[in-house]
Amino acid sequence: MSTATTTHGHEDHGPTGIRRWLTTTNHKDIGTMYLVFSLLMFFVGGAMAMVIRAELFQPGLQLVDPGFFNQMTTMHALVMIFGAVMPAFVGLANWMVPLMVGAPDMALPRLNNWSFWILPFAFTLLLSTLFLPGGAPAGGWTMYPPLVLQTGNAFPFLIFSVHLMGISSIMGAINIIVTIMNMRAPGMTLLKMPLFVWTWLITAYLLILVMPVLAGAVTMLLTDKYFGTSFFLAAGGGDPVMFQHIFWFFGHPEVYIMILPAFGIISEIIPTFSRKPLFGYSSMVYATASIAFLSFIVWAHHMFTVGMPLAGQLFFMFATMLIAVPTGVKVFNWVATMWKGAMTFETPMLFALAFVFLFTIGGFSGLMLAIVPADVQYHDSYFVVAHFHYVLVPGAVFAIMAGVYYWLPKWTGYMYDEKMGKLHFWISAISVNLTFFPMHFVGLAGMPRRIPDYATQFADFNMIASVGAFVFGVSQLLFAWNIYKCARGGKKATAQVWEGAQGLEWTVPSPAPHHTFDTPPVVK
Amino acid sequence: MDQTHGYYVPHSSNWPFVGAIGLFLLMFGVSTALNGAGFGSWVAWIGVAVVLFMMVGWFGNVISESEAGMYNLAEDRSFRMGMTWFIISEVMFFAAFFGALFYARQMAIPWLGGEGNNFFTHLFLYPEFSAEWPTNGPNALGGDYQVMAATGLPLINTLILLTSGVTITIAHHALKENNRSLTAWMLFATLSLGFIFVGLQAYEYYHAYHAMNLKLSTGIYGSTFFMLTGFHGMHVTLGAIMLTVIWIRVLKGHFTPSHHFAFEGVAWYWHFVDVVWLGLYIFVYWL
Repeated sequence: MSTATTTHGHEDHGPTGIRRWLTTTNHKDIGTMYLVFSLLMFFVGGAMAMVIRAELFQPGLQLVDPGFFNQMTTMHALVMIFGAVMPAFVGLANWMVPLMVGAPDMALPRLNNWSFWILPFAFTLLLSTLFLPGGAPAGGWTMYPPLVLQTGNAFPFLIFSVHLMGISSIMGAINIIVTIMNMRAPGMTLLKMPLFVWTWLITAYLLILVMPVLAGAVTMLLTDKYFGTSFFLAAGGGDPVMFQHIFWFFGHPEVYIMILPAFGIISEIIPTFSRKPLFGYSSMVYATASIAFLSFIVWAHHMFTVGMPLAGQLFFMFATMLIAVPTGVKVFNWVATMWKGAMTFETPMLFALAFVFLFTIGGFSGLMLAIVPADVQYHDSYFVVAHFHYVLVPGAVFAIMAGVYYWLPKWTGYMYDEKMGKLHFWISAISVNLTFFPMHFVGLAGMPRRIPDYATQFADFNMIASVGAFVFGVSQLLFAWNIYKCARGGKKATAQVWEGAQGLEWTVPSPAPHHTFDTPPVVK
Repeated sequence: MDQTHGYYVPHSSNWPFVGAIGLFLLMFGVSTALNGAGFGSWVAWIGVAVVLFMMVGWFGNVISESEAGMYNLAEDRSFRMGMTWFIISEVMFFAAFFGALFYARQMAIPWLGGEGNNFFTHLFLYPEFSAEWPTNGPNALGGDYQVMAATGLPLINTLILLTSGVTITIAHHALKENNRSLTAWMLFATLSLGFIFVGLQAYEYYHAYHAMNLKLSTGIYGSTFFMLTGFHGMHVTLGAIMLTVIWIRVLKGHFTPSHHFAFEGVAWYWHFVDVVWLGLYIFVYWL
C-alpha cells in the first residue's frame, strides 16, 4: 500500500527530566501523557464506582451517607467522561493520527502541549471539591438547575473545571482537524485515510461545535447563581427546562464523541486480525458522518418526560430511531469483514469482538429508550444506567483497551504479555456483563437511578452487579500491570507487529522513533 | 530550532505550561472569590497577569519565527485552518446565548402565558402574567425598567462597526498592494472605531443601570441583553487589542504583500465580531 522512509531518528535535544514533559511539543510524548493521565483518572473514577457499588451491595444505608453517595455518582460521571474516556481518545489520536497520515507531528505542536497541560489543572480544581465544606457537586453530572444551584462551595469549581476541560478539548480538536486536513503525506487522499483518522476527524468537528455550547450553558448557571440572571428561573421569564435543551444539544453529540473514535479503533483491529481489508470502507465513512449529523437533531430524547409538545416528542423519537440505520451499517460491515477471514484471537481482537457484541446490546437498549411511550416507563431507571454503561464500558472503554493492546508494541517496542492480556479480557468481559446486565432487569422492574437505597426485591440483582463491579475493578490492575511491564521490556516487537496489519504506522520501527516521517512517505 | 525537514516543529516551549498555570490561577481565584475568600480576587489577577505574560511570550516567539522566515505555505495553511475553526467555536459559544434568547421568546414566555398545554401553569402560578417581549418575567424581577431602543446609540454603534469592517478591508487591500502608509492609517482607523464602540457600549451600560433601571437582574430580558452584548463587547475589546498589535507590527515593518497571516487572522476575527453584532442588533435591540 505504501512505502515510508524514516530519516534521522535522532533524539530530542530539548530539556530532560520533568521539564521534558512540561515543555514537550512532540506528539508521541503528549500522546503518552494523555494516556497515562487517562489511566489515572480511570482508576480515580473507578474507585468512586466501587464506593457506589459497595453501598448498593445490599438494601439499606450502610457505608456512606446519601449526600456523599450523590457526590460519588456525580463525580464518577464527570471523571470518567472528561478525565478517562475523552483524554484516552485524544491520546490515541495524538500518537496515531500523525503516524497514520504520514505527518512529522501534529500541526500546532505548542497548542497540543497546552491542550494537555490544562487537563491536570482542571481535574485538580474538580477533585479538590471533595475536600471543600459541603463536599463535591452532588446534583448529577448533567448539572440540571435548580438542583445544581444548591451546590455549596464546590459550585464555581465545577463550572470552571468544565470550562477548562472545554478549552482543552476545543484546542485539541482544532489541532486534530488541522493535522488531518493539512499534514497528510502526498497520495494520502481523504478516502485512503484509515478509519480511525476519519472517525477522529468527524469527532473533532463535533467537539468544536458542541463544547462551546456547554461552556455557554454552564456560564448561564454561574450567572444565575451569583449575578442575578434568570435564564433558568421561571419567575424572571426563564425556564429550567431550557438548560436541559442547551445541555443536551451538547450532551448528545458528546456521547458520540465518546463512541466514534471507538468505531475507528475497531475498524482498524478487525481487518488486521481477519487478514482482510475492511468491508465497505466508504460506507463506513458515510455512516460515521450520518451518525454525527443525526447527533445534532436528537437531543431531546434525553428529556421526553419534561412535558414537551407532542410534535417535539415525535420528531425526536423518529430522528433517534434513524441513528440505528448508519449504526447498523457499521455493525454489519464489521461482521462482513470477518466473514471468511483467516481470523486469530489476540487480545486486541478479543476486545474488539466483545465490543461488537456488547456495544450492539447497548445500541438495542438505546432503541428501546428512543420510543417515547416506553421511555416514559424507563426514564431515570436503572435501565438507562444499564444502557449507557453498555455503550460506554464494553463500548468505548473496551475499544480503548483494544487500541492500547493493539498499538502498545508500536509505542514501547515490546510485546505485552499475551497470556495476561487474555486473562484481563476474559475477566473483564465476564464481570462487565455481571455488573451491567442485571441492571436491565432491576430498571425494568422500577428501580430508580441515583439513589443509595432501594426496595428489597431488587437485592439479589444488585448484589450480583456489585460483585461483578468489584471483579471488574480489580481486574483492571492486570491491565495497568501489563502496560507497565510492556513499557519496561519483553519480547521485541517487529515493525509490523501484527501479521495482518496494514498502514503507515506499521512501516516505522517499533518503538516508533521520536521523530517519524520528517520526510513525508509517498502513498500509492 | 529544527529546520531540517519541511514542516516547522518547534522543539519545546515553556509557554503552554505557563499558560496552563495562568488559567488555573485565574479560575481557582475566581472560584474562591465567589465563595467569599478575600484572597480569591488577588489570585485571579495574578492568573490574568500570568496569562498575559504567556501571550506576550508565546506570540513573541511566533512573531520572531515568522519574521525569521521559518513559516512556509504549509505552516501558513495550518494557522489559517486553526483560526477558522477557533472562530467557528466562538460562533457556537454565541449560539448558546442566542439559543437561550430564542427559546425564552418563542417557548418559555408563551408557555408562562398559558399557551399550548400550559393552561394550568398560567392559571395557578402566574394568572396575572401576559406573554410579551421584552419581559422581566411573571414576578417582574428587578422592578420597572425601560427597554433599550434600537435607535440612538445602538444604531450609531452599528454604523461604527460596519464602517470598521470597511476600513479593515481597505487596509488589507492596501497591504496587498504594498501601500503601507494607507494600511497603517486604515488599521489605526479600525482599532479606533473598535475602542470607540467599546466606550459607547460602556456608556450605554452606565445609562441602562442608572437611568433606565435595566440591569443584569432584570429578568430574562436583562439577562439576555447584558450577557449577549457583554460577551460581544469582550470580544470587540479583544479584537481591538489584536488590531493594535498588528498595527504596531505594520509600523515596525512586519508583513509582506504575500505573507501576512496574522493580519488576516485578526481581520477574520474582526468580521466575526461584526457579524455577531448584526445578529445582536436585529434580535436583541430591534425585533
